[in-house]
Amino acid sequence: MSGSLNMIGYGLAAIGPGVGIGLIFAAYINGVARQPEAQSRLQTIAILGFALAEALAIIGIALAFVLN
Amino acid sequence: MTTPGRTVLAEFHPPGPADFQLPPIFGDVTKPMVLYVLSGVLIFGLFYAASRRAAVVPGRMQFAGEYAYNFVRNSIARDSIGSADFMKFVPYLTALFFIILVNNYYGLIPLLQFPTFSHSGYAYALAALTWILYNGVGIAKHGFAGYFKLQAVPGGVGGPILLLIVPLEFMSNILVRPVTLALRLFANMFAGHLLLILFTLGGSYLVFESGNILYAPVGVIAWLLAIAVSFLEALVMFLQAYVFTLLTAQYIGGALADEH
Repeated sequence: MSGSLNMIGYGLAAIGPGVGIGLIFAAYINGVARQPEAQSRLQTIAILGFALAEALAIIGIALAFVLN
Repeated sequence: MTTPGRTVLAEFHPPGPADFQLPPIFGDVTKPMVLYVLSGVLIFGLFYAASRRAAVVPGRMQFAGEYAYNFVRNSIARDSIGSADFMKFVPYLTALFFIILVNNYYGLIPLLQFPTFSHSGYAYALAALTWILYNGVGIAKHGFAGYFKLQAVPGGVGGPILLLIVPLEFMSNILVRPVTLALRLFANMFAGHLLLILFTLGGSYLVFESGNILYAPVGVIAWLLAIAVSFLEALVMFLQAYVFTLLTAQYIGGALADEH
């Protein structure tokens, strides 16, 4: 089996966005638990935040393949 | 590395970006091109069929079509752009949402089984359209200098810190936005499909080619994981279409916003 160290680097780089996405959804769940009627408003914001945090992981995986 | 005296087994080659380079079907036409055109025909056909016999009391098709259209119109366009001038962007947003949705779900449909946006060029083209649109409407509303000021100079900031803020805001709002928009869609589809290939190929290697009967159960577990990943992908595919459209609407809303 062959591979590239890039992938290990990517695995490390994915920790940050992973923690970030966890925090975003934790806050979202907290918010909905406290105020269930605000769910539709919070959902848009949560998914937006998720997309922005995820962009870091996405750039990471693109670079892991590009930089050889 | 093989120790002497043991049979050399077929080596497992993990799938990579090369697996996405499919041979052309005929001429220069490749599978994603055909799928992309097919998605346009499909979406047009479905919406045409849904609105052909429009009635006050909607039938099944009309109800489904209106439900799908309402989703984009109300929960994406109106909430992000504001009720004053969201209507003229709804056709673009609806088309964008459904072209991404259909092309993503190709990744799960047997025989088709290829998400078009796992080729980055398709994603770049859509992001370029969005970039032209939101900058265009912004410049049309505020004028060139006014739009630059809106996007690059945040309100309530003054003094020398502007030297730092203005280039950063310009980069983030004008230059980086289309790139992340395209890369997010592309890389999600690419990585998701790669994950599916990895689990299915790895499973079949362990079951059929590894030559060790004890590996076979692990291969079956890999196949089960491939099914689980398919469900995750079904969620991600919808989410990416939603996020792309939502961000487009947010960018348009930001470009049209008055200074605060």
